[in-house]
Amino acid sequence: MPKHILEMRKITKTFPGVKALSDVELEVEEGEIHGICGENGAGKSTLMKVLSGVYPFGTYDGDIVYDGEVQKFHSIPDSEAKGIVIIHQELALIPYLSVAENIFLGNERRGRGGAIDWNVTNHEAMKLLERVGLQENPTTPVNQLGVGKQQLIEIAKALSKEVRLLILDEPTSALNDDDSEHLLGLLRTLKEEQGITSIMISHKLNEIAEICDRTTIIRDGHTIETFPVSGEEGIQDRIIRGMVGRDLTNRYPSRDHVVGDEVLRVENWNVFHPTQPGRIVVEDASFNVRKGEVVGIAGVMGAGRTELAMSLFGRSYGRDITGKVFMHGEEIQISDVSSAIKHGLAYATEDRKRYGLNLIDDVRRNISAAALFKLSKRGWVNGNKEIKVAEEYRGSMNIKTPTVMQTVGNLSGGNQQKVVLSKWIYSDAEVLILDEPTRGIDVGAKYEIYTIINRLVAAGKAVIIISSELPELLGTCDRIYTLAFGRVTGEVPVAEATQEKLMTLMTQEKEVRA
Amino acid sequence: MTGTTTGIKDLFTRNIRTSGIYIAFVAIVGLFAILTGGTSLSPMNVTNLVLQYSYILILAIGMVMVIIAGHIDLSVGSVVAVTGAVSAVLVIRNDMPWWVGVLAALACGVVIGAWQGFWVAFVGIPAFITTLAGMLMFRGLTLLVLNNTSLSPFPQPYRDIAAGFQNGILGGPGYDVFTLVIFGIAVAGYVFSAWRTRRSRIAYEQPVVAFPLFIVQLVAVGAVVMWFAWQLANARGLPNVLILLAVLIIAYSLVTTRTVFGRHVYAIGGNLSAAMLSGVKVRWVNFGVMLNMGILASVAGVVFSARSNAAQPAAGNMFELDAIAACFIGGAAVTGGVGRVTGAIVGGLIMAVMSNGMQLMGVPQSVQSVVKGLVLLLAVAFDVYNKRRAGAR
Repeated sequence: MPKHILEMRKITKTFPGVKALSDVELEVEEGEIHGICGENGAGKSTLMKVLSGVYPFGTYDGDIVYDGEVQKFHSIPDSEAKGIVIIHQELALIPYLSVAENIFLGNERRGRGGAIDWNVTNHEAMKLLERVGLQENPTTPVNQLGVGKQQLIEIAKALSKEVRLLILDEPTSALNDDDSEHLLGLLRTLKEEQGITSIMISHKLNEIAEICDRTTIIRDGHTIETFPVSGEEGIQDRIIRGMVGRDLTNRYPSRDHVVGDEVLRVENWNVFHPTQPGRIVVEDASFNVRKGEVVGIAGVMGAGRTELAMSLFGRSYGRDITGKVFMHGEEIQISDVSSAIKHGLAYATEDRKRYGLNLIDDVRRNISAAALFKLSKRGWVNGNKEIKVAEEYRGSMNIKTPTVMQTVGNLSGGNQQKVVLSKWIYSDAEVLILDEPTRGIDVGAKYEIYTIINRLVAAGKAVIIISSELPELLGTCDRIYTLAFGRVTGEVPVAEATQEKLMTLMTQEKEVRA
Repeated sequence: MTGTTTGIKDLFTRNIRTSGIYIAFVAIVGLFAILTGGTSLSPMNVTNLVLQYSYILILAIGMVMVIIAGHIDLSVGSVVAVTGAVSAVLVIRNDMPWWVGVLAALACGVVIGAWQGFWVAFVGIPAFITTLAGMLMFRGLTLLVLNNTSLSPFPQPYRDIAAGFQNGILGGPGYDVFTLVIFGIAVAGYVFSAWRTRRSRIAYEQPVVAFPLFIVQLVAVGAVVMWFAWQLANARGLPNVLILLAVLIIAYSLVTTRTVFGRHVYAIGGNLSAAMLSGVKVRWVNFGVMLNMGILASVAGVVFSARSNAAQPAAGNMFELDAIAACFIGGAAVTGGVGRVTGAIVGGLIMAVMSNGMQLMGVPQSVQSVVKGLVLLLAVAFDVYNKRRAGAR
């Protein structure tokens, strides 16, 4: 029988008014990769915070048995001393420090007199980088590296602490497919060659199916079940059933396709990088979207998807923008965001916390933020009408919050996304550009978002979805454009589209002209 | 359903951030009433308090908007000095009518506000730097305008702006009836508007405080205000500057809470990028906030020069710090996006009551400074502690 490196027994954690975890059981075998699945707010992160000592011993009930002994962690250094290292979703690297400095931050290699021994530091960093398969100079500042490489540096940092149990919270949520693949491969190598046990929290069920040995499902603060992931068919459905507590027969709600006249057309759109002169980010892009249509824009990260959308939305990105925009066949000039809104455009950003919401303000004011002109007369806001509007959206969008006066920062990711969508729907947009509308939200909420999108097009709106999840685009769109290196490389009706076909177009390099 | 009601405990716990400051204010007033044997609450002292700290409160109104937008203004003390100096040069040295001085000072405030707004909003220089430069420049200009000497005295009508009273209009046996009538009307207006707000909140099915609690709240506010009026009426009547202050407080409370502009100020401070992508014209809002600060600083400049009956090269020194402290004691957040005009006013009053009380007790200047610094530190520490508790999940 395999040895359990970790057993969490009857863990119960209460916050004022909320029971976040009740009698959660988690058993992790030595040398396995253990997946943890659950909807946002199910208690996954809370459980990991209990384990790593963020919530010290005494603030929760139950036992943590690690290496056969009951542990009483009072802080993160306590758990790290035992080889438990957690890597959070938001990377905790310091951008202006070098790779080596980041790896040994708080754990510096000292020489005589307490001064840092740079030779030892850089040499050891190099060896750690080798172990994670990264060929970089340890003296490079980390802000010069991409997110994928930064994630690997986090792992190198964990290795420097002699990690035995590595916990990764949504490690691939910000990574493109290549980087994700590399990361997952690395976890497997660490397991096989160095015997490092990993716990991986992820919303990406295909990754769980691909890499994990076993997985535990958590729902509403309870353990639902733990079962081996053998990579067989139907395992993803089993996980989904466990997470949402019901069968999702179809992950994408069906709808009628009633496509009308053209609403928006963009011709020969060019955008240059804001700070690097001469670097073209979007090149000669042309596309259109019609009434009642969902159009997808597929592209890997860095293909210029977000840059295209933001430059269109009131020149919020880039410089020297050229090209023509037509609404209902008439050319329009969009000088800034407020004129874009007036012309009926909306852009829901991919990073809702940074660009989409005022997290310290309440639901009500976030919903009205883009359309105060509808609620005001001569500069005075009608506060009561505003509340009424917010209440309407709370109902129709199923935003789970006790009141519309709730601070948005306290809502879960899915509900925050519904607030963002409410904001743009209330602005009376005709064309809604949704950039990664389901990133970082759970399966149940995703389904709700798709339903909302269907409702929008049924009401005659036009929707553009930017996404790096191809199944999502295939499941929701009528037509898909592919974007590669800033250029539109293809336009495929969904009936003819396959993941392989799209991927080929998305990676198509510029043909060399004679 | 006619809306849900909220109990007293809920009211306090939910609004500890905003209600804590009022509790602290009452406690400090009570403390100094005891320490000074009641002198701090005497009619004459209450009147003095209003006259003496009015300009800090005027500055705090503008400053809280600057802070909500995520900026800071270090130049207001120097702006107070230079606007007062311009006014004095015209009125005292050149014998112009008093109102020319006032208008010139306000015009000066507009120009200064626009100047700083230009650099902050359109060039993108952080307000800290822009106004640090402004602090040096406007102090220098004050010295230049005044030729390094002080100018005094102002003619009586000018002095009346800050030192005059409205009294005797309706007569009264030993106390001023006019003052009481004005305050009575104000309290009636407050009760009426509170009632209307409550009615419409119920109509929109929003939570309101329980009815008995609502009445208690009205009676308490009414009683405190009328007591204040009684003290004034027994001293010298209704100070002009209090009328000015009341108008500004009401106007700016409405601007910050009820207008699109006010909303945009909060949005910018809360999340600049999100505001930008929601169609807020960030540059113009920032410009407006700095412009407004310049104008209010010039109003304070007029009031201060009228009150001190002189324009001095060192006038307004350190006023910016008092105004900033008032905002933070009043619950504004250092990171922007949070704060209220009424909070800043109460914060300013806390500083005022403390300084005044300690002066009455004969506490040396040195100790006063230490105490004020500690109070600022503790107020912000309390705020940080609250936030951490709220964000502990």
